[in-house]
Amino acid sequence: MLQNSFAKSLSDTKKILKDPILAMAVLAILLALGFFIIFPIARVVTTAFKDGNKWTLGIFMNAVRNKYFMQGFRNSLLVGGLTAILGTAIGFLFAFAVTRADVPFKRLLHAIAIIPIVSPPFIGALAIIMLFGNNGFITWNLLKIQNFPIYGLRGLMLAQTITFFPVAYLALRGVLESISPTLEDAALDLGGSRFKVFMRVTLPLALPGLASAMLVLFIESLADFGNPLILTGSRFPILSVQAYLEITGMYDLPSGAALSILLLVPSISAWIIQKYWVSKKRYVTITGKPASSSIKIVSPLARVLIFAACMLFTLLIIMIYLTVLWGAVAKVWGSNNSLTLEHFKYAFGVGFKSVKDTLTIAGISTPVSGTLGMIIAFLVIRKSFPGRKFMEFTSMLSFAVPGTVIGIGYILAFNRAPFILTGTLSILLLNFIFRYVPVGIESGIAILRQIDPAIEEAAIDLGADAKTTFSRVTLPMIVPAYFSGLVFAFVRAMTAISAAIFLVSSRWFLVTVQIMSQVESGRLGSAAAFSVILVIIIFAAIALIRAVLKLRYGKYAGTMLNF
Amino acid sequence: MSVILENVSKIFDDPSRKDGHIKALDQVSLEIKEGELVTFLGPSGCGKTTTLRIVSGFENPTEGKVFISGKLVNDIPPNKRDTSMVFQSYAIFPHMSVEQNIGFGLELKGHAKKEVKEESRRIMEVMGLLPLAKRRPDQLSGGQQQRVALARAIINKPSVLLFDEPLSNLDAKLRDQMRLEIRRIQQAFGITSIYVTHDQIEAMTVSDRIVVMNNGRVIQIGTPFEIYSRPAKRFVADFIGRVNFIPCETVSIRGEEAAASFKGVEISANSHTGDLADGSPCILAVRPESLVLEPAEKKTKSIIGGKIEKAVYLGSVVEYEIDAGLDSPILAVSHDPVVNGFFNQGDMVAINFPKTAAHAMASE
Repeated sequence: MLQNSFAKSLSDTKKILKDPILAMAVLAILLALGFFIIFPIARVVTTAFKDGNKWTLGIFMNAVRNKYFMQGFRNSLLVGGLTAILGTAIGFLFAFAVTRADVPFKRLLHAIAIIPIVSPPFIGALAIIMLFGNNGFITWNLLKIQNFPIYGLRGLMLAQTITFFPVAYLALRGVLESISPTLEDAALDLGGSRFKVFMRVTLPLALPGLASAMLVLFIESLADFGNPLILTGSRFPILSVQAYLEITGMYDLPSGAALSILLLVPSISAWIIQKYWVSKKRYVTITGKPASSSIKIVSPLARVLIFAACMLFTLLIIMIYLTVLWGAVAKVWGSNNSLTLEHFKYAFGVGFKSVKDTLTIAGISTPVSGTLGMIIAFLVIRKSFPGRKFMEFTSMLSFAVPGTVIGIGYILAFNRAPFILTGTLSILLLNFIFRYVPVGIESGIAILRQIDPAIEEAAIDLGADAKTTFSRVTLPMIVPAYFSGLVFAFVRAMTAISAAIFLVSSRWFLVTVQIMSQVESGRLGSAAAFSVILVIIIFAAIALIRAVLKLRYGKYAGTMLNF
Repeated sequence: MSVILENVSKIFDDPSRKDGHIKALDQVSLEIKEGELVTFLGPSGCGKTTTLRIVSGFENPTEGKVFISGKLVNDIPPNKRDTSMVFQSYAIFPHMSVEQNIGFGLELKGHAKKEVKEESRRIMEVMGLLPLAKRRPDQLSGGQQQRVALARAIINKPSVLLFDEPLSNLDAKLRDQMRLEIRRIQQAFGITSIYVTHDQIEAMTVSDRIVVMNNGRVIQIGTPFEIYSRPAKRFVADFIGRVNFIPCETVSIRGEEAAASFKGVEISANSHTGDLADGSPCILAVRPESLVLEPAEKKTKSIIGGKIEKAVYLGSVVEYEIDAGLDSPILAVSHDPVVNGFFNQGDMVAINFPKTAAHAMASE
């Protein structure tokens, strides 16, 4: 057995050496992944468990014994769990409404569920303090309540649910779409009531998807940095913020690293359960032709209720965006609501450097990370070589490691000779490239699984080497997926904060960090103005990519995906 | 150009099995001569596709050697091997036109644009594809895609042409037509070819020789006639065509002459499998069309007697199922029932067969 796998990797090695470009690409990528993903995490581990040259549990145990830190740990898990449940429930509601319930305004519901994905992840928090905070429009201006307790668990959960439910929506929509409605028709035909059919057929089939969505939301919530920074204080500490404050406030690197480990363990565990267990439990519904069904699973009353619930949530999200928009043009939010362009003037004047820097960084890192993602997806799915499993695991790992941990890892790893990168553009670029590479890999893997491997084999059979096969055959077929991956990678780069906040400097500053510091100093108006600018840039970029795609690949874009 | 496999074995990792791997090919040795079309025939999982992929270079043998035109090719990657494959799914590039698909191989080899165009046109002419030159693959029917795949493979004038169940995605009528066309083109170009199929009729129609495989081993190699008329193993007799197995005892073996006894009746048969010894149990494999049926009441000497269980009149033939007290009914086919007459259900019949039609072999 062992001899066998050794012989196999030997013959894999031999084969790959025959194609030097492939061999070099594999080697370069493995080295880069090791250096820019594993090494920083390893530095966090050694900082947390090493005193000088000695391994020790002392630093970590100090953190565990610290009541305040443990409170943060418990809070993080609590919020993570609750957000996972609530966000998945709302995501499922939207997905069910769009795929099954035949409600009106499906396109609107879809758009509402997408918008938070393409917005800065803390826009919910910003709007919540503008509505319910100390000078909140609803709590103070309308209801005259002072010090409404929105800071803490309630506010954070609301903000995270708004931020992350779209992730669950997209996943569950896919799950529900893959469940053939004829199964429900069959159950109805066998005499089940609608409720019973939902409970016994639809829900059980969607269960693995629901579990997977919850785990993903749990990971996202644990990693979230922007919302808790705005919405929680010392009375409701959250781990990711605590780790940040230990490092930037107390300059206590070992404690920050120990907190990172506390944060890392539940995230990685949830990720491993999701990736290696839950995702294998997916049901595959076997159907012949795509069946048409009139979808009778939802009764008229249930349809009304589902629609009402969706509308309520839709109004909440619309309110949030209107609040931020209004906040951007109100003189002093909460006390003087007359209109002004002052905040935009400030944003385009003093603060414009951060906009330019963010655009530069996202503009460079996105295509690099997207291309790298596609190449990795291609290698992992289509080629066999020693280190393939390592490449897949490592490159997807960034998804599970909270940004805070990666950020701390980067400053630990790249602040001493020979790798002094702190304060430079490179460190931000490298961080963004390797942090968002899973986005490209995921869309690459999804499309490659749809393309018959025989098509690439045909090219090889006709004499194409790995590079030619990729550029002449694979690439043209995956271009649409490449660009949709690019859109998400760009959005993530534009709205990144948790890791980036450790890496910015006066030379290279980011809009998101700018917004945070405006919020912290109470300048909600300019924070809102920056947020509006950020959202506009993102929407403009998406529109641009779409237009280019349509113009350049219009005739393939549709058919190729269906082929 | 010839293809030689020497003791080729292939082991795949298979985590679902206890020992963690599966032997897909077990010591396969064979030689394919120049210009010959050889079919690999066997049930799914028998190793035929693996063998094809080893010749094309998409799989590496775990053990053994592969020679193409006398040259050891074990370490040569598929893109450097002089083989062209026609894929089961056709694998037409969806983003290229018919003409671009067909010319792609020559283009990769660095031929001049003009030359690629001329050669593509010539092949398309031969294959009747010219009117479709500018079409995109999703505008082609299954048969047209199949023809594009074939044209794309032969334009490279490969040493070996490989077919991986090329007709399995076509409907029955088109399948008959394409299999004649493949044979015609293969012979016209004289290209050494390996053809994988699980369809015995397809194998009988297109092949010079057939390699029957099972469980990763080669069971028999021979012309379609040899495979059908002189099956080397029970598996071959059973897999190709229909057959009756009559359980007997070996009385004696003299060269290829065998004497066997069935319920005390001594039967002469031929034996070429070499796996029998005097006194050992054996089976006689007899094809349904070799059985001679006569009415039983005539008191004629018969090997086996039985009762007609079922008679199916098909026009040119009548097919019978006869209960002769064996584990399964005996199948018989008689021709031209209009002239020869036929039996009805319930009739008692005497069954005989000539010595040349009965093959004694080991029962396992």
